[in-house]
Amino acid sequence: MPSTPAKTPRLTGEALHAGYESRRVLDGVDLAVAEGQLTVLLGPNGSGKSTLLKTLARTLTPSAGRVCLDGQDIHRRNTREVAQRLGILPQGPSAPEGLTVRQLVGMGRFPHRRLWRQDAERDARAIHAAMAYTDVAAFAERSVDALSGGQRQRCWIAMVLAQETDLILLDEPTTFLDLKVQVDLLELLSRLAHEHGRTLLLVLHDLNLAAAYADRLVMMRDGRIVTSGTPRDVFTATHLKGVFDLDARVLEDPETGSPICVPTPRRGARPSARPASPTVDRRCIS
Amino acid sequence: MTHSASLNQTGEGTTDAPRARYLRIATLLGLLLLTSMGLSLALGSFPTSFVEVGHALVTPQDSDIAFIVWELRLPRIVLAVLVGAALAVAGAILQAIVRNPLASPDVIGITSGAALAAVAFLALFGTALSIHWLPASALTGALLAALLVFLLAWQRGISPSRMVLVGIGLSAAMGAVTTLLIVISDDAAAMYAYVWLTGSLYAAQWQDVLGLLPWLLVAVPLCLTRARHMDAMALGDQVAQGLGVHVLHSRLVLMACSVSLAGAAVAFAGGLSFVGLIAPHIAARLVGRGFARLVPTAALIGALIVLYADLLGRVAFLPKDLPAGIFVSGVGAPFFVYLLHRTRYRSG
Ligand SMILES: Nc1ncnc2c1ncn2[C@@H]1O[C@H](COP(=O)(O)OP(=O)(O)O)[C@@H](O)[C@H]1O
Ligand SMILES: [Mg+2]
Repeated sequence: MPSTPAKTPRLTGEALHAGYESRRVLDGVDLAVAEGQLTVLLGPNGSGKSTLLKTLARTLTPSAGRVCLDGQDIHRRNTREVAQRLGILPQGPSAPEGLTVRQLVGMGRFPHRRLWRQDAERDARAIHAAMAYTDVAAFAERSVDALSGGQRQRCWIAMVLAQETDLILLDEPTTFLDLKVQVDLLELLSRLAHEHGRTLLLVLHDLNLAAAYADRLVMMRDGRIVTSGTPRDVFTATHLKGVFDLDARVLEDPETGSPICVPTPRRGARPSARPASPTVDRRCIS
Repeated sequence: MTHSASLNQTGEGTTDAPRARYLRIATLLGLLLLTSMGLSLALGSFPTSFVEVGHALVTPQDSDIAFIVWELRLPRIVLAVLVGAALAVAGAILQAIVRNPLASPDVIGITSGAALAAVAFLALFGTALSIHWLPASALTGALLAALLVFLLAWQRGISPSRMVLVGIGLSAAMGAVTTLLIVISDDAAAMYAYVWLTGSLYAAQWQDVLGLLPWLLVAVPLCLTRARHMDAMALGDQVAQGLGVHVLHSRLVLMACSVSLAGAAVAFAGGLSFVGLIAPHIAARLVGRGFARLVPTAALIGALIVLYADLLGRVAFLPKDLPAGIFVSGVGAPFFVYLLHRTRYRSG
């Protein structure tokens, strides 16, 4: 990857504290989302990844600290203007019964439309382009709730793309999908960053996919950022142990050079070399 | 960096089939409503022909038929249409906000608040004080109940599901007090209260029409300006906020529309509650998603339901004039069971 001079980040969080009535979650998070790159947020369940994403996308107000978009406090800005620059897809969105793919994607145009002023042609162009890019045009008139998980997720991503924002935050866009579908989606998202200059921040579950596709990794635990940097720098056995409490060896993909982790099974959990009975199945590590 | 071709293709002309379908259905329903109003105008305890009615309509002079048409039937028919439309739109808004097809303005205490206030009015003043004050007190009751539900459910913002829970609880409490008041009030007042609770357009006057109309003229256009916000909120609060919707603000505006429409309708016609449940449903079946299309369609269907329920009540059991609410509930209750059944199968 050519090392382009680092552009000044447009979205930053400074000393963020945030949470819900019942509990505090973020405990002093500083983060600058790298421009034109694909950043992946990793961390165990409940570590505050979604909370951080919501705070950065101004759907949750921090109790202390601030989020800046283009140098201004995001919570003081007009929410519609923010939506013209920053799109977010929350974790596990659900579409109402009967909503068609085209209607869903069209919702992405909301921040660009006004009651008295609409650019129908530009809207149609953006919707068409988003559907073509995510390859959902073939079932544009079908109900979103009648599609497969992977198709549905592509529709939601198409909605965010139709919003035509430079900054895109996605919360677990690939969870519960087949590996092949996850890979396809990540290819698509990575092209958005590298070929279309968009800035992406994703939460992912799969460590190896994150290491393979991310330009930068951010690792969280207990509402704090433990470490961040390129996969080569931070995707280490020490960090995996420290963040996920995972015993793993980190190898290098001989072709791409990206790090891969292989969990080290504890004694006894390891399948024996000669199975006692032919019916014992070997579970794959995924 | 430049965007590649795939993100910059020109949009092809998309056929807008749902829009054409909506226009067709709305036109049909509008025509159906007009002819039904005409039919309703010609039917009643006093036999009148279409020709006589037509004649009386254009020459509103002091003939008996002109009096029947202009002062008895027409205000009642127009009020039925307005009440049906108001309840249907109130229901459409509420179902969209709560994201539950089984919700109706009842669940946030509007009907029971209006009922309690109306019955309290009847119990306190009997039928002695002018009955013209009944709608005003019922409306006040509806608005106060909604406000109370709202305040009790408020928790750094408003959660629709919490509001429904509070509404159901408060409705039950108010229902108990209403029953108590009916039991202790005298027979005439109790009888009147029962008819009011069932929902009736008996003895509707132009004054009632003029009382209800302004609410519709303000609330319906206002909720339509928020139609796209509503469509976005159907995707969930977080998605809507991400798209730039001011969720709390929109919800307050829409809630106020729903409450005032339902409150005003209930004030003039009593508890015709099922209309707010059924009409938006049928409308959604006919024209699909999209709040801007749902609202007018639901309004037309609600108007038709109340119009026919009232017509049945007026002419089917002559010489008795039965409350329209009986027929609305007669159709509504089985429909509700059907909805419950269907939602259970969908989610199960
Ligand atoms: N809406 C909410 N109300 C209260 N607590 C919440 C809410 N959402 C998340 N939490 C809690 O906040 C913590 C962090 O959650 P989250 O940010 O969703 O973690 P992650 O996305 O990393 O799994 C968890 O303990 C979770 O239970
Ligand atoms: Mg999460």
